[in-house]
Order: sequence, then structure tokens, then C-alpha cells
Amino acid sequence: MVLSESDKANVKLVWSKVGSHLEDYGSETLDRLFTVYPQTKTYFPHFDLHHDSAQIRTHGKKVLSAVGEAVSHIDDIATALSKLSDLHAQTLRVDPVNFKLLNHSFLVVVGIHHPTVLTPEVHVSLDKFLSSVADVLTSKYR
Amino acid sequence: MVHWTAEEKHYITSLWSKVNVEEIGGEALARLLIVYPWTQRFFTSFGNLSSASAILHNAKVLAHGKKVLTSFGDAVKNLDHIKQTFAQLSELHSEKLHVDPENFKLLGNILIIVLGIHFPKEFTPSVQAAWQKLVGAVAHALALGYH
Repeated sequence: MVLSESDKANVKLVWSKVGSHLEDYGSETLDRLFTVYPQTKTYFPHFDLHHDSAQIRTHGKKVLSAVGEAVSHIDDIATALSKLSDLHAQTLRVDPVNFKLLNHSFLVVVGIHHPTVLTPEVHVSLDKFLSSVADVLTSKYR
Repeated sequence: MVHWTAEEKHYITSLWSKVNVEEIGGEALARLLIVYPWTQRFFTSFGNLSSASAILHNAKVLAHGKKVLTSFGDAVKNLDHIKQTFAQLSELHSEKLHVDPENFKLLGNILIIVLGIHFPKEFTPSVQAAWQKLVGAVAHALALGYH
């Protein structure tokens, strides 16, 4: 899957709106992930998973910050996220199906908070971008 | 059979009462065709699908979206009998329309995003969870008749 120049512009537009809310949106994304797909909680047995817990806020911010790194290096996501890719392959080993669930949860959050930004054109660009990020993070799994 | 708590039923029916089926149905189908362009394969008779703008204003797309979501409403009215409610439609999608059931999941998730866009206050994580369960149940019911 290739990101066109307009895809990249659309993603950067989204990030210009969400970039200052990474902790809030990160927390909400994880909250929705855990609520809608309870099986995803199995990766966090060591966390306080109550709504808006400090751990969820911190982790949500961490996850979206990494996505932000991909936005900043959108022409070479593989290099930008190489270390994270190693981490997911060797240590975290989150089943690939879960990246789709996380990406969907984030799309819902963007749609709720920025409905006018998530036009259908931006929606497809963001979906493609998030899929690319997931591909990079699972690329070294085997 | 899907088991619904009273709370889940309430989340579903109360949000449904606010849904403009024409508007939401049209937008959901349009977004499906835009976000997952390969789904356009089922609609070669619908005319101009060459751009997002063309799709969003395509009268056949909007009409069909309304039809699809109206049918979805049957699930809302028959939460305890979803399989039976969609038995004939399942046969139709399998034998006549030849639609890969994966597409039902894609449309279900698009509908979720559209609901979030239109009902930001109401679409809490718990409400979303109830609706994900519903779109999943409908997708499952539609896939049951395949053989």
C-alpha cells in the first residue's frame, strides 16, 4: 500500500488537530479498545485499567506519540519505527489482529472530536496510514 | 442467540431513535466505497464512482445506503431474533449477490465511525460496545446462509 502525497497531507492535517491532545485521545482510544474488545486487556495484566487511570493516560500518550513519530517521518515510517518494530516482534508480540482494533478505536476518537476533519477523503488517508504503521510494527514477526 | 443486557438494548434503541436512516445510511455506504474502494466491485451499475465527491453525491449510492440501513433497523426491532430476521437476506447475499461476508464487517465498522461522528455526546465507549456487538451480530447472521 502506497501513501499518495494527498494521503500524507491529509494525515498531517489530522495531526495538526490531534497533536496537542495525545494524552486525552490516547487514553480514550485505549479505553474504547478495552471496553469494546475486552480480549485486548490480556496484554495489560499489570495495569490499572480503570477508565482514565494514570497508567492508561501515560500509555495512551506513549502510543499516540509513536504514531506522531510516524507522521513526522511519513516518507520512511519503517526507519522511524524500526526500534519499535523490533520491540513488538521480540518482546511484546501483540497479535497482529489487535492493530486493526486499535486503529479502529482511534478513528472513532478522531471522528467524535473532529467530525469536520474526518471527511471521507481524510478517513481513507488516515486508515491507510494507520495500516502502514501496523504493517511496520508487525513486519519482523517472522 | 445473542444475549443482550437491558443496558445494551437501551443503548441501541435510544441511539437508533435519533438516527436519520437516509442521511446515516447514505453516508455509511459512501464511506465504505471510498475507504475500501474494492467494495465498488458490487456496484458497477451505479454510475459515477470515480471520486469521493462523485460517490458522496451519487443518488444510487445514497438510495442504496438508505435501503441497507433501513434493513439494519429490522435487527434493532428484533434484537432477540436477529438470525431469523436476516435468514432470507443471507441467502440473497450468498446466492444472488455473491458478496464476501468480510464486507459486512467492513460496513459495520464504517457505520460505527459514522455514528461517532454524528452522535459525539451519546457515543460513549459503552454505547459503542453495544453497537459493535450489534453490527457483529448482523454480520454473523448475514453470513450464516453461505454454503
